Amino acid sequence: MRWRLSPGTEIDGFTLLEHLGTGGMAQLWAVTREGDPTPLVMKIPLLVDSDDPLPIVCFETEQMIMPRLSGVHVPRFVATGPLEPMPYIVMERIPGESLKKHLDAVPLPWPEVVTIGAKVAHALHDLHRQHVIHLDVKPSNVMIRETGEAVLIDYGFARHERLPDLLAEEFREPFGTTPYMAPEQVLQDRADPRSDLFALGVMLYFFVTGKRPFGNPRGGQIRSRLWRDPVPPRALAPDCPPWLQEVILRCLEVDPQDRYATAALLALDLENPAHVKLTERAARLERDGGVKTFRRWLKARKAQPLEAPNIAGQLSRAPIVLVAIDLSPGAEDLAEAQRLMIGRILSIEGEARIACVNVLKTSRIAVDILEDEEGRSLHVQRLVQLRHWGATLDIPSERISYSVLEAPDPAAALVDYARRNNVDHIVIGARASSALRRYLGSVSSQVVAEAPCSVTVVRTPRDRRMADISGEFA
Amino acid sequence: MLIALLTDIHGNREALSACLAHTRLIGVDRLIFLGDFVGYGADPAWVVDQVRGLVDKGAIALLGNHDAAIDGSDEDMNSVAREAIRWTRNQLGLEQRRFLADLPLIHEEGSVLYVHANGYAPRNWDYMSGPMEAIRHFSRVDAHITFCGHVHVPMLYHMSTTAKVGAFSPVGDNDIPLLPSRTWLAVIGAVGQPRDGVPAANYAVFDTARQTLRYLRVPYDNATAARKVREAGLPEKLALRLEEGR
Repeated sequence: MRWRLSPGTEIDGFTLLEHLGTGGMAQLWAVTREGDPTPLVMKIPLLVDSDDPLPIVCFETEQMIMPRLSGVHVPRFVATGPLEPMPYIVMERIPGESLKKHLDAVPLPWPEVVTIGAKVAHALHDLHRQHVIHLDVKPSNVMIRETGEAVLIDYGFARHERLPDLLAEEFREPFGTTPYMAPEQVLQDRADPRSDLFALGVMLYFFVTGKRPFGNPRGGQIRSRLWRDPVPPRALAPDCPPWLQEVILRCLEVDPQDRYATAALLALDLENPAHVKLTERAARLERDGGVKTFRRWLKARKAQPLEAPNIAGQLSRAPIVLVAIDLSPGAEDLAEAQRLMIGRILSIEGEARIACVNVLKTSRIAVDILEDEEGRSLHVQRLVQLRHWGATLDIPSERISYSVLEAPDPAAALVDYARRNNVDHIVIGARASSALRRYLGSVSSQVVAEAPCSVTVVRTPRDRRMADISGEFA
Repeated sequence: MLIALLTDIHGNREALSACLAHTRLIGVDRLIFLGDFVGYGADPAWVVDQVRGLVDKGAIALLGNHDAAIDGSDEDMNSVAREAIRWTRNQLGLEQRRFLADLPLIHEEGSVLYVHANGYAPRNWDYMSGPMEAIRHFSRVDAHITFCGHVHVPMLYHMSTTAKVGAFSPVGDNDIPLLPSRTWLAVIGAVGQPRDGVPAANYAVFDTARQTLRYLRVPYDNATAARKVREAGLPEKLALRLEEGR
C-alpha cells in the first residue's frame, strides 16, 4: 500500500507537520500527537523498490532495537507501526543539526575535535553497556543535545547482542558506510564493539585533517584498510598534537585488540591528554613501508570473522577501577591494604585501567592555604605521594593514572569522578567504627550509598582484629 | 496476556513444580503445554495428574510422541526411550492413559499455532532441528507464529519477507520482539530433560499484547529427579542426562 504523505496527514494518531528530509533509506517528518507537547519525528522507510530487501531489514532492526534503548545518548522511542499498512518509527526529535554540519568546515581546530570525540565516546560507551554496537558511526548519525551530550541516531545497521541479527542472516555482504567501516566489518564481522571506536577514529581523523583516512572507496577497494595504514594526521595537520595523533591512530588499528578496549578508556584519554602514553604512533610522520604493509596484506588474506558477539564480555575485560587513597599521616597501613587489593584485582582483570585518586579537602567558606610553610604546593605533594603508592604495582604506565581532586566534600567528588569517567569499580579504604566517625559520617559509607558502580571497602588487618574484639563496625 | 509455554516435561516432577512455581511468581495468565508429559522421568502419574488438574482450570495440553506411544506403538523409538515407555505404561492408570490418548495434536489461536513437533505434519514427529527443517515448516505452514517443542534445545527461527530463514540461539531473561513482518518458529526447550549442557529447566513466556517472547531457565532439584530415575530402575543414561543437562 502506498500512502501520499503531506502535511496534515494523520497516521495512528500522529499528524505530519513538516517534511524534514529524505535519506538513503527513509524519509523524516516532524509530527505531533494530541496531548504530547514534546517535539517528535517520524521515520518512514522507503520501500518503493520492493526488489531490495535492505530497507525493510534495516527498518525491522531499528524496530527491534530502539524500544530497548534508554538514556540521554539515544533518541527516546515513542511508537512504531508494522509494515502493513504503514511502517514507521516515532521518536523524540533532537533539536539542532547532526555533526554533518561540520563537513564543510573541516579541518576543525583540534581542541574542538577533542571535545566532540569525548562526547561521542561517552555516548558509545553508554550504548555498548546496553548490549548494542552501532556499526554506522559517522557525522550524520551523531547529534549534540542543547545540554551538550552526544546522541547516536539511526540503528538500521546496529547489532543487539541478545536479539537475532537480521542483517547478517539475510545478506552476505558488509554493511556500513564505506569510509567509516572497520576492517572487521569489511570481513562481515558484526560482533565487536571496538568497530565503533574505529569509525570514531575515522571521524576524528577527518575533522582534524580535512581528509578521510581511507578516502571514499568503492567495491573491492574497501579491503585495502586491512593492510594499508593512513597517512599520519600530523603529516597533514602539523598543529595536531602528538598525543592526539596517538589516540586517533590507536582507534584506527587494523586489529581490534590494538585499539582501546572500551569507549570509556578512549574518553578518558581524550579528556586527560597528560595521561596518554605516547608510543611510536605519536611520532610517525609517514605511512608504513612496503615490508610491514606486505605482512599485513598476508595476514588479511587469512582473516576470519568472529561468530558471536560478546559486548558485555569485552566491556568487563577492561574495567576502569578507581582507587581512592587517603594520604593523611597514620593511613599508611590502609593504603598498603588497598595496594594489596588492587594487586589482586589486576591479577584477575588483566586489562583493568587503574585511576588513583586523592581528594584534597578544601574549605567551603574560608580561603584555603594550599601551600605548606615552605611554599610547596600541596597538590603537587599529593601527586608525588600517589605516584609513589602506585610505583610498586605491576602495571604498564599507560594503564594507571594519578589525579588529585580539590573539593570540600570528598565523597561527592569521588562519586562525581566515577560517574564522569564511566568507572566500573571503586576501591576505598575505611577505618573501623568510632564515636567520632559515626558523628562526622564516613567518606566510604557515603561513597557506597551514592556510587553508580560496584564499591569494595578495604579495611586493615589491625582494624579487622579490633572489630573482632569490640564487635562493632561502621 | 502472558502465556507460559511448557513442553517435554517427561515425568520430571521436580522440574515441572519449579516451572509452575516460577509462572506464579511472574504472574502468568495461561498455561499451554506442548506435549510429552511422560517418558524418561520417574513421576509420570504425578505429572499427568497435575496437568489434568490444570487443564480443568483452562490450560491447554497437546499430544507428544511419548504420550502417543503409551497406548500406541513404540517401535520407532530408540532402545532407551522404549524401555522408559514400557516402564511408564505400568505406572499409569486407566484414566491417566485415557487423558493422554485424548490429547489434541494442535491448537490454533488466530495466526498462532501450538504443536509438539512441527506444523506441517504433526503426527509424523519430524524434528525442527535446524534451518533446513525450519524452511520445510515455513514453506508449508501459514501461521505467523508457531510454538513447538520436541527438540529439547531452545531455538528461534524466523523468515523474512523475502523468504530468508535465520536461526537464533536465545539468551535467557530477554524479551525478543516477534515482529509482525516476519514468520516465526519458536522451539521451546525441555522442562524435564534439557539437552544443551545446562541442567536448569526451560520454558518460555509469550506476551500477546507486546508480541514478545522470553526464554527462561529455572534451576530445579535435578539431583532428586536423577536419584528417583535410578531408584525406579530406569536406564542410567536418563539419570545422567538430568545431572548434566545433555
